[in-house]
Amino acid sequence: MELQQRSLTSRNLLVPIGSVVLALLVGSIFILVVGENPLYAYRVLLVESFGSINNIAGTLQRSTPLIFTGLGVAFAFRCGLFNIGAEGQLYVGGMVAAIIGVSFGNLPGLIHLPIAVFAGMLAGGLWAAIPGILKAKLGVHEVINTIMMNFVAYYLTDFLVTGPFHGGRWAPETDRVFPTAVLERILPPSRLNTGIFLAIVALVVVYIVLWKTKTGYEIRAVGLNPSAAEYGGISVARNMVLAMVISGAVASLAGVEQVLGVHGRFIQRFSPDLGFIGIAVALLGKNHPVGVFFAAVLFGALRTGGAAMDRLTDVPRELVVIIQAMIIMFVAADELIRRLVPRRRKA
Amino acid sequence: MRALFSSLVTVLIAVLFVVGVAVPGHTAGEPEEVEDDRVRVGVVFSVGGLGDESFNDAAYAGMQRAVDDFDITFDYVEPDDVAEMEDHQRAFVEAGYDLVIGIGFLQESGMEAVAMDYPDAKLAIVDAVVDAPNVASLTFKEHEGSFLVGALAALMTETGTVGFVGGQEVPVIENFQVGYEQGVQYSDPDVEVIINYAGAFDDPGRGKELAVSQHDRGADIIYHASGGTGMGVFEAAEEEGFYAIGVDDNQDHLVPGQILTSMLKRVDVAVYDVVADVVAGEFRPGLHEFGVADGGVGTTDFEYTRDIIPDEVFQTLDEIREGIIDGTIQVRSAHD
Repeated sequence: MELQQRSLTSRNLLVPIGSVVLALLVGSIFILVVGENPLYAYRVLLVESFGSINNIAGTLQRSTPLIFTGLGVAFAFRCGLFNIGAEGQLYVGGMVAAIIGVSFGNLPGLIHLPIAVFAGMLAGGLWAAIPGILKAKLGVHEVINTIMMNFVAYYLTDFLVTGPFHGGRWAPETDRVFPTAVLERILPPSRLNTGIFLAIVALVVVYIVLWKTKTGYEIRAVGLNPSAAEYGGISVARNMVLAMVISGAVASLAGVEQVLGVHGRFIQRFSPDLGFIGIAVALLGKNHPVGVFFAAVLFGALRTGGAAMDRLTDVPRELVVIIQAMIIMFVAADELIRRLVPRRRKA
Repeated sequence: MRALFSSLVTVLIAVLFVVGVAVPGHTAGEPEEVEDDRVRVGVVFSVGGLGDESFNDAAYAGMQRAVDDFDITFDYVEPDDVAEMEDHQRAFVEAGYDLVIGIGFLQESGMEAVAMDYPDAKLAIVDAVVDAPNVASLTFKEHEGSFLVGALAALMTETGTVGFVGGQEVPVIENFQVGYEQGVQYSDPDVEVIINYAGAFDDPGRGKELAVSQHDRGADIIYHASGGTGMGVFEAAEEEGFYAIGVDDNQDHLVPGQILTSMLKRVDVAVYDVVADVVAGEFRPGLHEFGVADGGVGTTDFEYTRDIIPDEVFQTLDEIREGIIDGTIQVRSAHD
């Protein structure tokens, strides 16, 4: 059975890069429609997302949660599971991290922060285990269940943040977490924080787990062909649940990072669809950690630059959403791009 | 198929470059952050956005007046939710705006963080107090304006009972309540005040329920300080035939003739003033309280109820207003 990941050959990079280029081209039509110069608008986009240390920090800050959600979704994909529940998982993880963060003020930082991060991960993992178990034991489709679990997570955290854990302010948010539970800023005034290192560690760990361990081999085997895997003595049910737990734990780190690093508190419905953009990140990144990293940085840059483009040009920030959607469409219709570029003959 | 698609993309690229050169206005050069040296003001509105007939619209009106009177540029965003607000504040500050105004108490925590990260930025927040050396906190003496409408209610009631419907029991709304009670007490100590809280600012059904029940218990004038919940109070007033009193913005037109007046919170005045300060180079951080004396709170011009209210009531109201201004009438807030 050939389970080795195909190397990132130029052919493999063709679809993601081609999709981005085509999406930018289509986006330029919309820019022309609003009467702005596409070259100027894209230049603003580029300069405002990478043009200075502060801009790069802003881009990386917006990329960090997308690395987590993209990586989480990609992990489940490798097991043949479509985890649409990253959004809910990150809310649950973020909430648990916030609860630990606002409690236990007398713990030293060396203990407080790891406990808050780990508890958030654990909560997200367990949250994702529910649809995993339902899928593995009862065959209930995980797409339906992860979506439904999102709603449970929204309303559960709504209740917690306006009820038992409502902070001293009137806004629907918890108190600030103790300084001992904060993911420190790296380049203030940007809100880039040590969560980015956590994200890089997660990328490496996921790569090692998937391609260098027996567990990863089993998970990928189930993803490629569950029947064959079962025949080969691999427990499909066990690996599906495990994959969902890891997927949920990684995705929930996005919420943990937002709460402990960016906002310093849990704010009701804080996520600008990080979990759903994570699906696009995984798709564009071909479910590979390296791809996920670059896709997350691209989407982070679009968000950072899009806000500036809105401010400095007549192009509304919604253009970024159009570009994101076009990227996903072109990736999904990858045959279109393959046909565009003729396949080179083997020498 | 491939040929068709290839040529399509080629044409697209060609068009892009031709038009890119031809489109007037911006060229593809370096983005210019600052186009002129006018004072630039950025406003982050509260959830609900423009068109809310309340806070945001009032702030917008104040900015419009400022744009007419001063040589400034004005940009704004309407956030979809609370978490976005801090991002928008930061974006304005980073883009070098001379003044960034946050509308509404939901922006309190965000502005606190932004004020700390950017000590040189000039910031202002409406309806909340942020204790930082670079933030002007624009708050209102709701109790003073509520005293006026309380006095009016006590003078106008025929049943000897009036009502109050609050949104949530938060400090600001408690100010409305205690001011109203003191006003009623001042005009006629025998008038009873029924007080209820809806527990939400966006629950007209509950507002209507409470108003109807207060009316059943004898209240013939009901003052609401409950945002959207108050729409239910107005609906009950219309159906059951009693008087209501509006809040924040001029709501008199919503049920003409049956809303005696509205207790105005002049967010427009507060916003205009802080812009004027910055334009004059005299930004004053710290607490700014707007009361009856400076026109920050008060009643409407009684457009629909002028003929219903007797002249001597208007005279009494004027005397009370002067009393508050010269200090002979002391109105307590909920926290004094």
